[in-house]
Amino acid sequence: MRVSYIALGLIGWIWVQMTSAHGFVAEEERLFEVDRPAATLNILSTADLSVFAPLVEAFQARNPTVEVHYVTASSSELMKALYEEDAEFDIAISSAMDLQTKLVNDGFAERYVSTETASLPDWAKWRDRLYAFTQEPAVLVYSKIAFEGLPQPTNRDELIALLRENPDRFQGRVGTYDIRESGAGYLFATQDSRQSESLWRMAEVMGRLDARLYCCSSRMIRDVVEGRLALAYNVLGSYAAAHLADNMDLGILQFSDFTTVMLRTVLIPKTAGNLDLAGQFVDFLVSEDNRDLIEDLTGLPAIDPGVLQREAAFRPIRLGPGLLVYLDQLKRRTFIRAWLNAMVQP
Amino acid sequence: MTVVHARGSLRRRLLLQLLLVAAILSFALYFTVRVLAQQAAETTQDNILIASATAISEAARAERGQILVDVPYSALSMLGSIAEERVFYRVTANDLTVTGYDDLPAPARAAETGKPVFATAIYRDDEVRIAALPRRLTVGDETVILTVLVAQTRLGLAAVSLQISIAAAAAGIGFFLLSGALSWFATNNAMRPLNRLAKSVERRGPQDLSPVATSAPTELVPLLQSLNTFMARLSASLARTEDFIAEAAHHVRTPLATVRTQSEIALRSVRKPENKQILREVIRAADESSRSAGQLLDHAMVALRSDNLEKEQLNMKDLAQDVIRSISPTADLKDIRITCSGSDTTSAVEGDPILLQNALRNLLDNAVKYSPEDSRIKVEISEGASTVRIDVLDEGRGLGDGDRSHLTERFGRGDNVRDIIGSGLGLTIVEEVVSAHGGSLALTDNPERRGTCASLTLPSA
Repeated sequence: MRVSYIALGLIGWIWVQMTSAHGFVAEEERLFEVDRPAATLNILSTADLSVFAPLVEAFQARNPTVEVHYVTASSSELMKALYEEDAEFDIAISSAMDLQTKLVNDGFAERYVSTETASLPDWAKWRDRLYAFTQEPAVLVYSKIAFEGLPQPTNRDELIALLRENPDRFQGRVGTYDIRESGAGYLFATQDSRQSESLWRMAEVMGRLDARLYCCSSRMIRDVVEGRLALAYNVLGSYAAAHLADNMDLGILQFSDFTTVMLRTVLIPKTAGNLDLAGQFVDFLVSEDNRDLIEDLTGLPAIDPGVLQREAAFRPIRLGPGLLVYLDQLKRRTFIRAWLNAMVQP
Repeated sequence: MTVVHARGSLRRRLLLQLLLVAAILSFALYFTVRVLAQQAAETTQDNILIASATAISEAARAERGQILVDVPYSALSMLGSIAEERVFYRVTANDLTVTGYDDLPAPARAAETGKPVFATAIYRDDEVRIAALPRRLTVGDETVILTVLVAQTRLGLAAVSLQISIAAAAAGIGFFLLSGALSWFATNNAMRPLNRLAKSVERRGPQDLSPVATSAPTELVPLLQSLNTFMARLSASLARTEDFIAEAAHHVRTPLATVRTQSEIALRSVRKPENKQILREVIRAADESSRSAGQLLDHAMVALRSDNLEKEQLNMKDLAQDVIRSISPTADLKDIRITCSGSDTTSAVEGDPILLQNALRNLLDNAVKYSPEDSRIKVEISEGASTVRIDVLDEGRGLGDGDRSHLTERFGRGDNVRDIIGSGLGLTIVEEVVSAHGGSLALTDNPERRGTCASLTLPSA
């Protein structure tokens, strides 16, 4: 009894220490305890605790002496923690590929190579430091009720035409990311702009319909489910799929012109205290054998080159220095200004 | 015979020098490939860096007194297309950072020259290649110098250059091994005429003094000519010597015959037994001298003829019987019977009949000379697989226990025959004839009774 009190006290103290030491803003935090902890793995992640907890527990089932300290933060806070504050984490998981790339490029990531990482396709890794373990398409989530009587659009041009022709039905009922706040939203928007000019027409049409801007996918999906939105553009399909079973009215559309595919990536920060353990966790995430497990436990689609071959429209965002371009201060400022000009119309 | 000391080897010398050249060339190849590949890799990187900087530079513009740089996606993505390198960039206007990594070092004098400048520096723990591209830009009323810096790590380059080094080293080693093998072949090939010449000289019999007719490469012609001249001189000198001996023997024999005839006449006319005895001694000495002179003549003839054998098919038995017939008067004087046994038909030998008769006569002569009165001499002719053997067995005093090796040397005689007059040339002649025919002479004790067995072995025809 006494031991456990001391342990609890210690955990509490560490927890307080961790929280108070943060300069960045953490959202959720949880210590996955084990009976006889031999080591602690500190994970900083953008993935919600509810999504990732089963995966952490599966990892612990295989490594029963590893305590996992899981902290979630927004992608920009994650960047801040590692880039500016040298926060000590063994693992950094983020969907913001551009920021992860910048961390690797600027020398904030540890090199790690194993047979597991070698089994990843080339497009899912960069510089032996950044490894993708999910491939999540950006989709259109819509309410079937709101679209009743209308032909279902298959590509962006058709959607734009549909929105233009039915302003009454969609007025105030379209949503997308606020790219000023959301790293994923900014990433999707910039990738859209790379692929086609339709982004700007889309932004203009949505702006005219008084589009509502969101920080995150989950809220957009909730609003579509609850009928406040008719459609949400550029939503992470993986999140939406989880709601699909419960809501018959919810529809998911992958555009046939192109569908941006975001890769959720993991890296080992330079500040990592336990490189071996961090390496084990990376192996656990990227292992070919664990792909089904990841899908089952998190609902996130694991890396699968076969899917990309089948889905001709899938365009995985390419890891590499190209992603740094949209992080350029001037570029970002210019891009956001242009986007806002279209999206927020007086 | 003078022993020739080998000092160094032509072949080894040639091979070593070729290998040395090959090693130098291999190293030069390695070095050249490495440097060129390195340069090519560096040039490639420089080119792509400047292309990237150009793309960024072209996207820069001034608007309402502000510098705007819309970095094109391709400007940085192109840097990631070759290798997974870290990429840094910076745009400055009059040394003030407009955008990018503001601690990226600018190569010195980039702004002044107005041309692209490259530099290598350590940035963020890695060696980077930096390209700086300056350009004039009018912002409002003033002109600023806008410099675009694009930098890329050289980790891939290092890996590539290591790979190239390994490949170049492999190529160098391969080249060396190949040229080593070729050198070996070339050396052997070059040495072949020399070896051929050496062999052809080596193959010649000791009596063969004819000119070497082998064709030889230019370089060996002087040597060959000297050799041939030398041989001609030697041959002429030998011939002169033989002629001299023959002449001398002839000149000795003629007066000896006169001495013998005159002595015999005198013998008949003298009465006193002691005078008769003296004259008999004179006759005997004249006979012996004449015989020696004859053998000297024979020897000179043998030496001459064996250089150029006149071979024909011979039946050894017939030949032996001829010789026995010619020698039997002498044998009869001592009541010695000579028998000849062996096959009549075969025992064919290819050889010079005069020489072989001479050899056989010398053997029989010896046998008669050393046999006691009223004894037997057997001549046995037998055939081996590829040889014909003639044994001459006598019942004389044998060879004695002394050293037998010098019996066939010129003027060599057995230790147990000092009391009998002899020239010591007989067996020398036999030996020379037999070896000129590719056969051999063996002297052993007579296996049947006391006496000697002289065996001639000749290759059968």
